Amino acid sequence: METLTKTNRRDFLKLAAVAGGGLFLGFHWNSAEASAMEVIGADAMAEGTINFNSYLSISPENVITIFSPNPELGQNIKTSFPMIVAEELDADWTKVKVVQAALDSKKYERQLTGGSGAIPHSWERLRKAGATARQMLIEAAAQKWNIASASLTTDNGFVIHQESGRRWHYGELATEASALPVPSDVKLKDKKDFKIIGTAIHNVDNQEMITGKPLYGLDFYREGMLHAMIQRPLAFGMKIKSVDSAAAKAMPGISDVVVFKNNVAVVGKSTWQVNKARKLLKIEYEAEGAIESTADHDRLFKELLESKATTVRRKDGDVDTAFKNAAKVISREYQCPFLPHNPMEPMNFFAHVREDGVELVGPTQTPEMARGEVAKLLNMAPDKITLELTRLGGGFGRRLKADYVLEAAELSSLIKAPVKVIWTREDEMTGGSYRPAVRYRFEAALDKEGNMIGYKLRGVGINSGNCTREDNFPSGAVDHLLIDSIEHKSPITTGAWRAPITNFLAFAEQAFIDEVAAAAGKDPIQFRLSLLDKAKQSPVGAVKYGIDRMKTVIQLAAEKSNWGTKKDVSQGFSVYFSHRSYVAQVAEVVMVNGKPVIQKIIAAADCGVVVNLSGAYQQVRGGIVDGLGHALYSNITFKEGVPEQKNFNSYRLIRMKEIPEVDVHFVNNGIDPTGLGEPALPPTGGAVANALFKATGKRLYHQPFSKQEEMKGVNLGDRL
Amino acid sequence: MANYKLQINGRSYETETEADTPLLWVLRDHLGLVGTKYGCGIAQCGACTVHLNGNAVRSCSLPVSAVGTKKITTIEGLSAHGDHPVQAAWHEVDVAQCGYCQAGQIMTASALLAKNPTPTAEQIDNAMNGNICRCGTYHRIHEAITLASSKMK
Repeated sequence: METLTKTNRRDFLKLAAVAGGGLFLGFHWNSAEASAMEVIGADAMAEGTINFNSYLSISPENVITIFSPNPELGQNIKTSFPMIVAEELDADWTKVKVVQAALDSKKYERQLTGGSGAIPHSWERLRKAGATARQMLIEAAAQKWNIASASLTTDNGFVIHQESGRRWHYGELATEASALPVPSDVKLKDKKDFKIIGTAIHNVDNQEMITGKPLYGLDFYREGMLHAMIQRPLAFGMKIKSVDSAAAKAMPGISDVVVFKNNVAVVGKSTWQVNKARKLLKIEYEAEGAIESTADHDRLFKELLESKATTVRRKDGDVDTAFKNAAKVISREYQCPFLPHNPMEPMNFFAHVREDGVELVGPTQTPEMARGEVAKLLNMAPDKITLELTRLGGGFGRRLKADYVLEAAELSSLIKAPVKVIWTREDEMTGGSYRPAVRYRFEAALDKEGNMIGYKLRGVGINSGNCTREDNFPSGAVDHLLIDSIEHKSPITTGAWRAPITNFLAFAEQAFIDEVAAAAGKDPIQFRLSLLDKAKQSPVGAVKYGIDRMKTVIQLAAEKSNWGTKKDVSQGFSVYFSHRSYVAQVAEVVMVNGKPVIQKIIAAADCGVVVNLSGAYQQVRGGIVDGLGHALYSNITFKEGVPEQKNFNSYRLIRMKEIPEVDVHFVNNGIDPTGLGEPALPPTGGAVANALFKATGKRLYHQPFSKQEEMKGVNLGDRL
Repeated sequence: MANYKLQINGRSYETETEADTPLLWVLRDHLGLVGTKYGCGIAQCGACTVHLNGNAVRSCSLPVSAVGTKKITTIEGLSAHGDHPVQAAWHEVDVAQCGYCQAGQIMTASALLAKNPTPTAEQIDNAMNGNICRCGTYHRIHEAITLASSKMK
């Protein structure tokens, strides 16, 4: 296996064409029909008339090249996409080359990374592409040697005639195969015959990453390129009143200071010069919207929870009567803070706006959208804009927005020069697009037997849209249910943050269910299982999660953690369905010198077929570390619109010393992949809070846990 | 502006820059050695770690004028063919997710093992605690260091 890290489509086409023969197939991600595949000839390549968005080529020298079009930000699709194609092709993985796409097609659908959707979305198309090529190679061998194609098989990059023992590597057949019609109906492998899918394959970019090759947007340099930083308003709700840039402009290396929108851009020869000059800007701001502090939000949340102006998201039965008749009512509130995304590579983008077109290079989760927005901004046809994707140094949702791409493009158009805009860590943490802050109120009504007969959830969020997930568990399992939400509009900008909404909602819900189970006098796992049985036997309204899949992960986590049988270990349970997949977790806490220590987390995940065991395992473990770290430590607070945490000295991220042991188990059910970039994160906070309760008797309602009164004097993250 | 002669990865480099320019930006902007990463600029995340006479230092907070004749090693110069035992272990354990912080992690780890080829688990934790990995690959980082240590014996 070999990987090309930086190429554009023209280079790729050249690369495939250089082979002088071979098989070159183009196909669309936006069509699952094999008939949409086409053999591409040298003429079409030369004329550049090709309009597919994905390719698979086999050279006469037996090099297989697979185009991997999604942005790679650590979810490992650059490795797992080609694995799927190679599986159905029955290829020799060591002969496969992986090429990252640039964006220059007119019709990209879902060249996007987000929502844990890359694999689920492309699974069938990738399989069909591989299977189509495989069938054409078999057919080529059959015709060449006049053998019935039914008597031919493939294995590890060879077409094999068992009877005679003859075998041909794919490269030998590729040129003949390219002259054949593309079959419209191909047979996919039986999943039990998978040889590549489900194994642990190393990341195709490992060697480049561990030797420091220029892979990321921040590593992009171009002769004559300028560097820029942008000073954005210090407080949300403010706008520029006046700018005095004389001192900044006088600094060495500075070529320009440009004011546009609410930005002051300092442009110069090097990052450090720009950074120094920027500090000399004298900018006056004035209020243009509400200037809010965290204390205002805390007050507002409580007021809005009493509001009558909510949007009803789901209503089953008659909650008023159920709560009136309840033997016991439990009501609890949970609040989450704003969080910045903080990918290790800060935002950056290169833009070169010329009269006749625009060149964009950098890290984005949504290249198509970024290009579209730049086209609109500059009033230019999108096909005049090229966007080359770099590897992404993390995303976590931040790079779903195109704001930083637009800034770079606008600045380049104003200074008429190629420029790379970079954000400092402080820009990153104070620049908005946060995970929205939300407060929830959960209420449960229990009957005399401890059955949950009524359930209410109200969410109040800041720029959060619908901050509930009304069709999630336990909806469908409760006769009388009401879920509603209300949104407060604030100048503090928010955006999708890994596992949007559910990253906190899951904690609140699972911590609440734990408390309700305790009030009902039931084991928390049994309590959930009986609710699921109820949803199965007599569903209330629509049930939009897989009851059996959820039960399976619950039981697997219980089994792998020896639930309820460990002496001196406090276990907390949590299970959550998000982004199509199911993850249950058991957190284990032990008391050491009277203080709780989070020792271990056991996870059971059902994401359907696991494509790359190495990537998947780490995706779950990393999701848990992410969920745990933010639940324990992280928050952004505001004073008069100004974020109070600006860098890693005041904003705490989890570090090596604070990670518990994490065990991961997958459910092997053969279901088509349902995604794994996010689903492991949401359950962690709940499992940990429930375990901490068992160990200390203290319930946690707000994040970050380490800053709550209940955990005073405890250094959460301390090991044994 | 002043002229600085730097010894990096066994080679001599010369650059014209202001005395307070952090080594990180000299490496990246002036010399094209972009393997060393910017993460926070205040020595809190470790992404910019390089070796200075064999010691792991944060290049974002080290002015170029303070380097003098000390020998600098960056990720590009850790080994000639990317096969330093720590790099090999990183590959074998398949550590990286997004990969952005890993150069810094590898530089911290290799400095640790050069001084202490058989660190305890706790010594690994202590040495690595200054390096943030936002993807949460800490388990594998730890595992890879243990593996590299076993191979260096």
